[in-house]
Amino acid sequence: MSQTTPKKLVVIGNGMAPGRVLDHLFEKAPGAYQVTIFNAEPRVNYDRIMLSPVLSGEKAYEDIIIHDDAWYETHGVTLHKGKKILEIDRADRKVVADDGTVAEYDKLLIATGSSPFVIPVPGKDLAGVVTYRDLDDVDAMLAAAKSGGHAVVIGGGLLGLEAAYGLKRQGMDVTVLHLMPTLMERQLDPSAGYLLEKALADRDIRIITRANTKEITGRDGKVAGVVLEDGTKLPADIVVMAVGIRPSAQLADDAGLEVGRGILVDDHLRTSDPDILAVGECVEHRGQCYGLVAPLYDMAKVIAANLAGDEAQEYTGSVTATKLKVTGIDLYSAGDFAEADDREEIVLRDAAGGVYKRLVLKDNKIIGAVLYGDTADGAWFFDMLKKGTDISDLRDTLIFGQAYAGGSPLDPTAAVAALPDDAEICGCNGVCKGTIVQAITEKGLTGVDGVRAHTKASGSCGTCTGLVEQLLKVTLGDAFQPDAVQPMCGCTDLGHDDVRRLIVAQELKSIPAVVQELNWKTSCGCAKCRPALNYYLLATWPGEYVDDKQSRFINERVHANIQKDGTYSVVPRMWGGITTPDELRAIADVADKFKIPTVKVTGGQRIDLLGVKKEDLPAVWADLNAAGMVSGHAYGKSLRTVKTCVGTDWCRFGTQDSTGLGIKLERFMWGSWTPHKVKLGVSGCPRNCAEATCKDIGVVCVDSGYEIHFAGAAGMHVKGTELLCTVATEAEVLEYIGALTQLYREQGRYLERIYKWADRVGLDVAREQVVENADRRKELNARFVYSQKFMQNDPWAERAQGKDAEEFTSFRLAHLGKVA
Amino acid sequence: MNDMSMNTKTQVWIEICRLEDIPPQGARVIRATLGCVALFRTASDKVFALEDRCPHKGGPLSQGIVHENGVTCPLHNWVIDLETGVAKAPDEGRARTFPVQVRDGRVLIDRALLA
Ligand SMILES: Cc1cc2nc3c(=O)[nH]c(=O)nc-3n(C[C@H](O)[C@H](O)[C@H](O)COP(=O)(O)OP(=O)(O)OC[C@H]3O[C@@H](n4cnc5c(N)ncnc54)[C@H](O)[C@@H]3O)c2cc1C
Ligand code: SF4
Ligand code: SF4
Ligand code: FES
Repeated sequence: MSQTTPKKLVVIGNGMAPGRVLDHLFEKAPGAYQVTIFNAEPRVNYDRIMLSPVLSGEKAYEDIIIHDDAWYETHGVTLHKGKKILEIDRADRKVVADDGTVAEYDKLLIATGSSPFVIPVPGKDLAGVVTYRDLDDVDAMLAAAKSGGHAVVIGGGLLGLEAAYGLKRQGMDVTVLHLMPTLMERQLDPSAGYLLEKALADRDIRIITRANTKEITGRDGKVAGVVLEDGTKLPADIVVMAVGIRPSAQLADDAGLEVGRGILVDDHLRTSDPDILAVGECVEHRGQCYGLVAPLYDMAKVIAANLAGDEAQEYTGSVTATKLKVTGIDLYSAGDFAEADDREEIVLRDAAGGVYKRLVLKDNKIIGAVLYGDTADGAWFFDMLKKGTDISDLRDTLIFGQAYAGGSPLDPTAAVAALPDDAEICGCNGVCKGTIVQAITEKGLTGVDGVRAHTKASGSCGTCTGLVEQLLKVTLGDAFQPDAVQPMCGCTDLGHDDVRRLIVAQELKSIPAVVQELNWKTSCGCAKCRPALNYYLLATWPGEYVDDKQSRFINERVHANIQKDGTYSVVPRMWGGITTPDELRAIADVADKFKIPTVKVTGGQRIDLLGVKKEDLPAVWADLNAAGMVSGHAYGKSLRTVKTCVGTDWCRFGTQDSTGLGIKLERFMWGSWTPHKVKLGVSGCPRNCAEATCKDIGVVCVDSGYEIHFAGAAGMHVKGTELLCTVATEAEVLEYIGALTQLYREQGRYLERIYKWADRVGLDVAREQVVENADRRKELNARFVYSQKFMQNDPWAERAQGKDAEEFTSFRLAHLGKVA
Repeated sequence: MNDMSMNTKTQVWIEICRLEDIPPQGARVIRATLGCVALFRTASDKVFALEDRCPHKGGPLSQGIVHENGVTCPLHNWVIDLETGVAKAPDEGRARTFPVQVRDGRVLIDRALLA
């Protein structure tokens, strides 16, 4: 073999910086290195800046993984999870982990990040005192929040406030203690700090500034309260210390590398030992240590190039900007805004609108910017700040932002169109406009998802999503289909998925709560969003949410199908399509008694009674109930029918009891509400007489067991099903289908059939979650079973007994007449 | 001409029901000699009376979803303005409206219009 054997690269730490180094390295020089990573944390590489949304419940851990296990396998990377390196042996060029594992290196990359600072007050070691750095901290906070109670967050900087917001969202009573008079004083001036304080107070978060913590008190080894210098006592079930970080440089120091505040590196990110590089928060470069991702990503590019043999690239430092990730608070700050004699400032205040903007200028250049309430121009200001643009000509209108800078207001896309190619759009990932536009044109991208996949822009904290959309619009013109952001209806700019996510995250439990908290543009929604919201709330809070019948389409409100002449049709449930002479007699009697004009057999093997007058409905149901029949839900976005063939009972080809299984499925699933109607079919053999392979979910019995199919349709679109998997027992059929249905219930957008949902998220999602991941399947099925506890009540019986009686009666004028 | 005569004639208001007999964001139907009239109650407790026939294909408006000051017909989703009876553009058409008032929690309509 002519290839040189790969060199050994060992990485200490598996945070965001080395993750990005490896992404670049594998792209530039695949196969050049044999990589081994040690991570003190027992897990793969995840997006640390998204811990706050995990804490607040707006994301799950799975959503923030950057490299999953498969990634390490694909790239032949050995990842030692939960192993901390204790020693770097430079003489033997090897590292030693706490469990004795040893790895030799040709090149070593130190990426140990930083450690949270803990203020040395009495009580700091009590159980319940946590820092905010990794997933374990988040788990500890979530566990504490489960039982409610009081949380005290020490530190009113970015992290402290995000922690406070998350804990509040989780239902705790939260107080933030901040030593300085202004929150986030390193990024904000007193005015912006004041607005922020007010916004947090509106969210019921208590802020105490100038708060000097004296002691943390405990009971039985567990935290119980916090005492301030001035004697104030606060109860606490958990205390979060978020008072700052310091680069983790001890390991490097012990190995004799040069260390200042952090590990000293040159413009190639080399430490004092040329075979040892360092990246991320653990380094000190030209006197600077960084605590945000954008600079690390800049470093990552340079390191990867160097490792790949390109020595030309150098890192020269970064200017950083900060955004606070608290839903509903827009805050942006960049640069330096301390007051000094040689500086001028431009300030814009709109007290009523809660907007505050301040630019700090020096020699006609922007050196600092604070934006609160309206941060749309952040990227524009930041770009001029980084480039040192002379703003003399723009000065009069500068503060109004880019839209006004030309003298007359332009539309928002014009502002983005005017940005230079190297303007940074995504601060988290350091992606500039040119890169995004290039990806859009070269890769033929049409939506935000595509841009995210190819450039990583807007993939982290997501605050730049709007800018990315505008770039798509500018680049593609009319060809841009804002797929990912299609609003639910005219009442909101949010899409279905965002609304669902926020319902969970903000624990919204009624339609008025959604309309209020998510800033609906109409006072109480419309005929499009209300039924959708009603479904989402019902599916999210089973047993808790009270159905809003006025937000249901008439069919679901009266549990019958409205027909063209305003009469109704009713379909009694016939489990698995089986009926009896008694049932048929009762149906015939009802038809006679109420002069029902048409009795028809439906496509789903049930009997439809058409042309019932609305006021007769309760009496018709009472008679059908009396004969033992319940509503067939033939009118609902819900489980409709399970069509079956005769199977082994009668058929000479039958391999399994398809009728029996159909009945079991229908009894298991009836009553469940779903994003759209759900129809099932069970066939006893591959001859498929129940036409199970064009149903939402189908089962085809075979000799060895049961094939489970899904995502078929036989409506306006005809579509054969896809095979989900084959299982051996009926019990498994129920479990898999319960899980699949629940996944659809949780992910499907209202009025999206199963096949459309599967099309959108990909068939593999269902296969992974329902088939491959047994734990996930069991969880999903358990949630389905739980919600069914509240759903399996016959709506006909309730109404036959008088529920919603006013719905079925009208006023007759002859009976009226009281003169006013 | 009708309007003129109406002003001169004294209107006879008759009580149909109490406000709470109509569900908020819902409707009740009055069967009158001339046909059905739908009484709508909005979320802000305003009450409107309209002929219970959609100008499109006669759908029963009383069975639709009530939102703001409009109702969406259950048959083909036309949106009818409760105040004016006019269909929302681009659809065209108009359902008849009737005077109605709420006094002390009682819903009153003009008997002359229903007789
Ligand atoms: C809650 C939170 C929110 C944040 N929000 C933002 C934000 O909005 N915007 C932004 O730009 N930045 C944000 N940051 C900062 C950002 O996450 C960091 O800048 C970034 O993660 C640093 O990356 P890193 O690779 O240098 O270190 P880290 O991601 O901290 O990774 C270091 C890793 O090294 C491991 N390690 C340490 N020592 C050893 C050892 N001896 N042996 C083996 N492994 C070791 C650690 O366990 C850790 O996993 C946030 C940080 C936190 C904690
Ligand atoms: S699908 Fe198979 S078992 Fe069922 S009726 Fe048809 S031939 Fe018989
Ligand atoms: S196919 Fe369905 S919607 Fe169309 S006319 Fe027939 S019953 Fe009505
Ligand atoms: S009848 Fe009302 S929309 Fe067609």
